[in-house]
Amino acid sequence: MSLGIMDSNNLNGGQKLAVKYFSVAVILFVAQILFGLIAGLQFIMPELFFNVLDFNVTRMVHINAMVVWLLMGFIGSVYWLLEDEAGVETVGLKLGNIAFWVLTAAVTVVVLVYLFIQVGPGDDFTRWFINEGREYIEAPRWADIGIVVCVLIFFYNAAATFMKGRWSGISGVLILDLVALAGIYLAGMFYTTNISVDQFWWWWVIHLWVEATWEVLVGCIMAWGLIKLLGVRRKIVTTWLYIEVALMFGSGILGLGHHYFWIGTPEYWLSIGGLFSALEPIPLVAMVVHSIYDSGVHKFKSANHPAMAWLIAHTFGNFFGAGVWGFMHTLPQINLYTHGTQWSASHGHLAFFGAYATIVIAVFYIAVQQWRGGVWMSGNLPGNGWKWKWALGLLNFGVVGMTVALLISGYEQSFIERAIEGSTWSGYFAAQIHPWFVQGMQWRMVFGLVTTAGIVLLVWDLLTIGKGESRPRQKVGEAIGQQA
Amino acid sequence: MTSKWWANEESWRKAAIWVTAFMLVVLIVLTFDTIPKISVGSERVPAYSVINQRIDYVFNEQRNFQVPVIGTEQPLFGTILNEDEAEALVTWGKKITQGRNCMNCHTLLGNGAYYAPDLTKSWLDPNWGDSSMREAMMIRFLMDPPNNYMNDSGRKMPNMHISEDEAKAVIAFLKWMSSIDTNGFPYNFKPIDQEG
Repeated sequence: MSLGIMDSNNLNGGQKLAVKYFSVAVILFVAQILFGLIAGLQFIMPELFFNVLDFNVTRMVHINAMVVWLLMGFIGSVYWLLEDEAGVETVGLKLGNIAFWVLTAAVTVVVLVYLFIQVGPGDDFTRWFINEGREYIEAPRWADIGIVVCVLIFFYNAAATFMKGRWSGISGVLILDLVALAGIYLAGMFYTTNISVDQFWWWWVIHLWVEATWEVLVGCIMAWGLIKLLGVRRKIVTTWLYIEVALMFGSGILGLGHHYFWIGTPEYWLSIGGLFSALEPIPLVAMVVHSIYDSGVHKFKSANHPAMAWLIAHTFGNFFGAGVWGFMHTLPQINLYTHGTQWSASHGHLAFFGAYATIVIAVFYIAVQQWRGGVWMSGNLPGNGWKWKWALGLLNFGVVGMTVALLISGYEQSFIERAIEGSTWSGYFAAQIHPWFVQGMQWRMVFGLVTTAGIVLLVWDLLTIGKGESRPRQKVGEAIGQQA
Repeated sequence: MTSKWWANEESWRKAAIWVTAFMLVVLIVLTFDTIPKISVGSERVPAYSVINQRIDYVFNEQRNFQVPVIGTEQPLFGTILNEDEAEALVTWGKKITQGRNCMNCHTLLGNGAYYAPDLTKSWLDPNWGDSSMREAMMIRFLMDPPNNYMNDSGRKMPNMHISEDEAKAVIAFLKWMSSIDTNGFPYNFKPIDQEG
């Protein structure tokens, strides 16, 4: 162990692979924000990059970079905790490394094609090699297959390692969740002209990832994180995890129905989707209670303050972004007016950041701590830890600000475009030029810049925190005496 | 550790498994019920040959929202297509909308991006004047959007290099999509004048 120096000898095999995933994830996170800035600017400066890098390209890169950096963050997080949780070395690590390079190369090619080829004719070649043209899963089919292969290798690494070593409640839930996560992706890998059937299965991928399997995956990371950071007893977090799985899948699987209100699907989905999606915030409340209660019991004495702060940000972000902001427009009586407006963008920003970006950032901090030899990252950091605190503050303030600004634009759109103008094209533009809408877009840019400042500081902090630190990590709870 | 059932690890593990399994079974059952109801040719999602007919979006007293109404013969571009021809044309149109990445500016059935208008009922949009000039207006717009549709927002659709035949296929897809029963979405829509 070399304290204070970023040395890969401080990491186990799985962790070495994890930090590769984290490095690419951070790059894509930065790309997400840059393309988000351009797309946001195009709302108030429509001539920006017109015919060169149009909104459909910038927005696609914005959301695809997000999906991929979060996925890479999740995969990295699992590799990170794998050997620690299983008690043995990662099985098939060499293959895992190859999968990482293949996935990274594939993502690079896909993005280059998005940027420089952009669109293609209405034939199968376009969907196989350029762009599938379906929001969030635009990646051409060859890349879909590549992603599935890489995810299967990742799954093999994880499952085989647990099978060789020991199972726990966390790893059991994790592996079953990964089966579902990988399987559901297949639902998006076919073509149909029937757009109702197309969107029916498309939502299986989007919803059952984001509002079910991803939530359970971060639940596992959270459970493991609380053991590591606070020293919470395993029995307690495992019980909580089961409660969350029951509530999450109990509400989230049929909550899928809130996407089946207006795509041609039968009217009974209005009741089923409305009811079950309205229940979706319950497990998120449980998570807030869980993390805050445990933190309080342990008197906020954590082994890694920045990571712990981001875990707390995750529970609140998840509850407000996914829970409250989702609930606000999930009932069909309201959704009829808000579906396809900036309400969704508002919800999307706070939910993806609050539920997922936050917890991956928490794991980044756990990773850099170990990468520097398991250094002190509790209180009394040099400069009072101003960088991580400001990064946390700016990123959260920026995203919350964007969320509120987009919500105001969304409200205006619902009233003017939908309720008054009757949803026609002229109604759409009447809402788009209204000062209330435009002001919302301008404020979104302001807070987008705040978010950008936050990421700059975050990257700087991740690269420097713990540098030259000579104190070893704070020992906590039951972690005392254990190897972290 | 207390052995109370509500704080017991084992009982929650079982609850998690049973609840998940039950919800999954319900979802599968509902999926089997839904898919036939949204298959092409069903009541909710008409056959592709519906593009040979007039489509309206009319308030239904019983359901309390607007529903698509399939009317008399109104062939697209003056040609009646059989089922296979209609399917081929609509299929080409949808593939063009995917290849040109329309969904990352527009919404279709309300899903997509919010930079440009929803396309669900674009076939019925009063923007095209009246039904006599609609087809020509739509072709002209799709082939050269920056010079044919201006709005006060300063936003323009870029030229996606759509040929006349491609434009016709896209319009066929849009016309077919407007016939889907979307439970009243978009609400309060004011359709194009088709009486003229």
